[in-house]
Amino acid sequence: MKTLQDCLKDRILIIDGAMGTMIQRHKLDEKDYRGERFKDWHTDVKGNNDLLSITQPQIIESIHKQYLEAGADIIETNTFSSTSIAQADYDMQSLAYELNVASAKCARNAADEYTAKNPDKPRFVAGAIGPLNKTLSLSPDVNNPGFRAVTFDEVATAYTEQINGLVDGGVDIILIETIFDTLNAKAAIYATINFFKTRQSSIQSSGFPPPPGEIEGALPIMISGTITDASGRTLSGQTLEAFYVSVMHANPLSIGLNCALGASEMRPHIEELSQIAGCYTSAYPNAGLPNAFGEYDEQPHETAHIIEEWAKEGFVNIVGGCCGTTPDHIKHIAEEVSKFKPRELPVIEEALA
Amino acid sequence: MPLRAFVPWWFNIKMSIIKPYLRLSGLEPLIVRPETNFINVGERTNVTGSKMFARLIREGQYEAALAVARQQVENGAQVIDVNMDDALLDGVQAMTTFLNLVQSEPDIAKIPIMIDSSKFEIIEAGLKCVQGKCIVNSISMKEGEEKFIEQAFICKSYGASVIVMAFDEVGQADTKNRKVEICKRAYKILTEQVGYAPQDIIFDPNIFAIATGIEEHNNYAVDFIEATREIKKLMPLTKVSGGVSNVSFSFRGNEHVREAIHSVFLFHAIKAGMDMGIVNAGQLVVYDEIEPTLRNLCEDVILNRNNDNNEATEKMIAFAETVKAKGKEVVKDENWRKESVESRLSHSLVNGITDYIDADTEEARLKYPKPLDVIEGPLMDGMNVVGDLFGSGKMFLPQVVKSARVMKKAVAVLTPFIEQEKEERKKENQLAGAATEETSGAAKILLATVKGDVHDIGKNIVGVVLGCNGYDIIDLGVMVPTEKILETAVKEKVDIIGLSGLITPSLDEMVHVAHEMKRRDIKLPLLIGGATTSRMHTAVKIAPQYDEGVVHVLDASRSVTVAGSLLSKEQKPAFLQSIKAEYDKLAEDFGNKKSTKQYVTFAEAQQNGAVIDWTNFNPVTPAFTGTKVLNNYDLAEIAEYIDWQPFFIAWEMHGKFPAILTDSVIGVEATKLYNDAKKLLQQVIDEKWLSAKGVVGFWPANKIDHDTIDVDNNSEIIKLEFLRQQIKKTAGQPNLSLADFIAPAEQNYQDHIGAFSVTIQGIDAHTKNFEANHDDYNKIILQALADRLAEAFAELLHKKTRTEYWGYVSEENLTNEQLIKEEYPGIRPAPGYPACPDHTEKYKLFNLLGGEEATGIHLTESLAMYPASSVCGWYFAHPESKYFGVGKIEKDQLADYANRKGMSIDDTTRWLRPVLE
Repeated sequence: MKTLQDCLKDRILIIDGAMGTMIQRHKLDEKDYRGERFKDWHTDVKGNNDLLSITQPQIIESIHKQYLEAGADIIETNTFSSTSIAQADYDMQSLAYELNVASAKCARNAADEYTAKNPDKPRFVAGAIGPLNKTLSLSPDVNNPGFRAVTFDEVATAYTEQINGLVDGGVDIILIETIFDTLNAKAAIYATINFFKTRQSSIQSSGFPPPPGEIEGALPIMISGTITDASGRTLSGQTLEAFYVSVMHANPLSIGLNCALGASEMRPHIEELSQIAGCYTSAYPNAGLPNAFGEYDEQPHETAHIIEEWAKEGFVNIVGGCCGTTPDHIKHIAEEVSKFKPRELPVIEEALA
Repeated sequence: MPLRAFVPWWFNIKMSIIKPYLRLSGLEPLIVRPETNFINVGERTNVTGSKMFARLIREGQYEAALAVARQQVENGAQVIDVNMDDALLDGVQAMTTFLNLVQSEPDIAKIPIMIDSSKFEIIEAGLKCVQGKCIVNSISMKEGEEKFIEQAFICKSYGASVIVMAFDEVGQADTKNRKVEICKRAYKILTEQVGYAPQDIIFDPNIFAIATGIEEHNNYAVDFIEATREIKKLMPLTKVSGGVSNVSFSFRGNEHVREAIHSVFLFHAIKAGMDMGIVNAGQLVVYDEIEPTLRNLCEDVILNRNNDNNEATEKMIAFAETVKAKGKEVVKDENWRKESVESRLSHSLVNGITDYIDADTEEARLKYPKPLDVIEGPLMDGMNVVGDLFGSGKMFLPQVVKSARVMKKAVAVLTPFIEQEKEERKKENQLAGAATEETSGAAKILLATVKGDVHDIGKNIVGVVLGCNGYDIIDLGVMVPTEKILETAVKEKVDIIGLSGLITPSLDEMVHVAHEMKRRDIKLPLLIGGATTSRMHTAVKIAPQYDEGVVHVLDASRSVTVAGSLLSKEQKPAFLQSIKAEYDKLAEDFGNKKSTKQYVTFAEAQQNGAVIDWTNFNPVTPAFTGTKVLNNYDLAEIAEYIDWQPFFIAWEMHGKFPAILTDSVIGVEATKLYNDAKKLLQQVIDEKWLSAKGVVGFWPANKIDHDTIDVDNNSEIIKLEFLRQQIKKTAGQPNLSLADFIAPAEQNYQDHIGAFSVTIQGIDAHTKNFEANHDDYNKIILQALADRLAEAFAELLHKKTRTEYWGYVSEENLTNEQLIKEEYPGIRPAPGYPACPDHTEKYKLFNLLGGEEATGIHLTESLAMYPASSVCGWYFAHPESKYFGVGKIEKDQLADYANRKGMSIDDTTRWLRPVLE
């Protein structure tokens, strides 16, 4: 069967769309979120979407299947907030590992079912690592710019636990996404590198040592940052190129952008990234910018039309959707980009001359 | 077969190529390309290299330490080296604190950081603070390969490039061969075992001091330069760096010689391939501009030429003795006095010099045909220069106000002659039987602080700045009723109306003025300014009232361009249209935003008040109850408590004090302003220009309901009513009300509340004097000082209250800085401010303190205090009491509050408007 790397050489791959938008359609109430297991939990849990992988796994699996049916090659686990730090909002820190395993399994089951149906189009599971509700580069207290609500070590520890759960649940890729503070992402990269390094030393070596600097058994890393506004910078103030330089050491499979912008606002940034990135590029924008009511109303054919042009220009290797996008958006995008070749990887020179 | 078939498929695709450059980043990328030439690494943020920086860090003066970093960036450093290796410092802590602060300064954080330490734990602490790609300075094999690999791997997992020092188990390499051997060995390990890309490896082949008199040291510079050449030949993608100032160490104290040595050394090392170096970016001399004798001597010692028996060294030392580091003394340059009268006037205006203005103006008057020609000619030319410099950010507000002072003095010299000329013309005209109408060219701008408000520093500054730009200013002063504003506008045929205000009720008053302007069909643009105003409030509340143009002006410097656009027939329509579009968008966003915040019911909020453990709390009884009046309090003592930062903000100079005095952009002007202010302050104290009056009082008090406190004033019960936060809080966070900080009646013990007012009296006579002398500069300084003194007096009284009058703190040793940061228990919130936003509670406060007679303060109808330099507030002593903002409240609380206060809903709505929408 073709590997992820084989598929990336062949064609533009499709990553799925929004999970939250799809969950909203089920109009779940507090009781649904709690399920049987957490019926007596001491805080409200409605809104803890990641918890649904434990209490309503059939819903999460069905959403994954809708995206797979629409043509997604890569689906993201329902783990955007599955860290002990983010789960503290619901006092569910202790469930972080379990949430990741459960979500990874929902996605794994769905992906495997579709791969079995059509082995020529293998499906992959990306373990989604979100940005956290606390940032390492910004002070929450304007009067005390040196203050930090959380430390690098705390963040790295929380991410390590998440990665452990995702890997044990069977994901194919580690996806560090919606990065608005690069230092948080660097903590996630640090956690990923050290997680696989520790694991490598505890498992039997296969006898073939990995190439220099690479760790045996390590999963590929996808990195996706977020440009928050027209300034073209991340929330923590970096330009796109500075952001890329800051995360290059992850040796990522792909670098890209998601969230905050709609496809038309994202275009100049994706174009720039496609020129500077030594690895594959990804882009999954929101369904336009939110309207006056905070809703996304860009129609599937509209989003797809803009992304089609990126494919034509050779900017992208992986495309999909973020907030407000639906299986219908993904279906349209998949159809439009299938006509074009993927972006060629640039030549990486090894001498200055 | 068509030729096209032979074109490979990828031919038409844009093929990108990625070169193996060293890539670093702060907020912005730094790509080291072959043509990049030499990278300057700023060395001053290093406690081992800069005594000043070390002292600032040791004393915790991080603001000033940041200024050092900023200065290096401005002097051209492309990377800054940060080192906290000092025996007296907790290096991990200092590195973390400093780098966290750097991250919040975009003008510093834009460039990459070099984290410099001989302790790896400090390096790792630094790596945990920086989002960009750093350089680690340094790691080496001095503790063996295993440790080297471990540390290199850690650096790589943070994504840092590394400097490898040419140091191994044997020691630091001093000869060319050892340097090259060690670097080759490190390269092999890093690329083959750790996975480092060659371009991320930077070698430091050790720069040692030369010309020390010890013969073995003579070849050190040559060893470095030749090692660099060899390293770059063998490993062309790697970089070479070094600490340049080491090389001249034996000439310390002689900066002139050291700078020359550095420059010559770099000239040769860069040619050999050195890519970057740690240097004082502001201090490098240009190789070509070094005097030839010195340059030759430098070349000899650096290249170890003509140096048998230390000959070159001896010569260099002998030369150095002759070059005394010349102290730079400031000579007052009076050459400008020799120039033409026009350039002298211009010089005086630009530099704010009043010494010669009377004589120069008189000289110009005699030279020009008419006195008005002097104003319209050389004086306006000079002011145009000032305007241009100010507009391009090369002059700052205090300088402009000084220029205005010079201008006013010059005009005062000319005025009698202009009047005389007018009279003569009038007579001539009357004789000839012609009309006598005088037409005036300048546009007129009316300025006023609205009814109920007494604050006018900002308005005065705007008046001066606009006046400098040739507008005719009609300043109606403070507490100006709408009627008077509009009548004057019509009578004087003004072109623009500008309103100012500082307290929140003034916002409503401005809405009212706008409304009246529309009703009277006035067609003039309306400018809105003052501390409490905002673009949002203007867009949402004022602009919809009036269709002829409403513009919020952020500060005095913007007022010029805004006035210019509004008075230009060509620009006005487009300008107003763009403002309108912007405000409509703001208003729309505001409308959208409103619904997103969640509020709880007032009953729920009351149930979620602050939980305070009263059972284990021992309230302290104040030394007295009732009030104590302090008349003519010692101004010198008050002055010690001044917080200077707001003083500079009043002058539109933003920055922390005292760092602002050394700021690289505004430091010089800030220091001048500070010196002028200190001088005037001393005069105020010595000559008793002002007097300080304060009243402080304490009364038995208990909380009798959720938001109500009973105060016992000699058996008369006064009920204080407070407002409570209603926004939905996260679990565990209370909905605060100030009432929560007073013990409930059911606790069976007597709690207390305090109140105070302070005021600075006697300013009017002196501001009038300054006005008469056309000295707006000192007038505004005096007003700002009076405000600072009132605040300082409040701080002083609060301290006395804590330690003496109420005495709930037994000992207190806080510096003024700690006082400013409020590092003490207890608070002093004022009615009308965020924790208790209802201004009308001020009536109760002033009644308790003994009214206008005792306090010396008059309350206007908007409840502003007059004199303007006055402060009042409640005292809460409980250690958990704290400042907060009530934020928005809902209708249920409004109704309950109106009921408690015995006010109509309409009245209550009017007073509480800022927290209702």
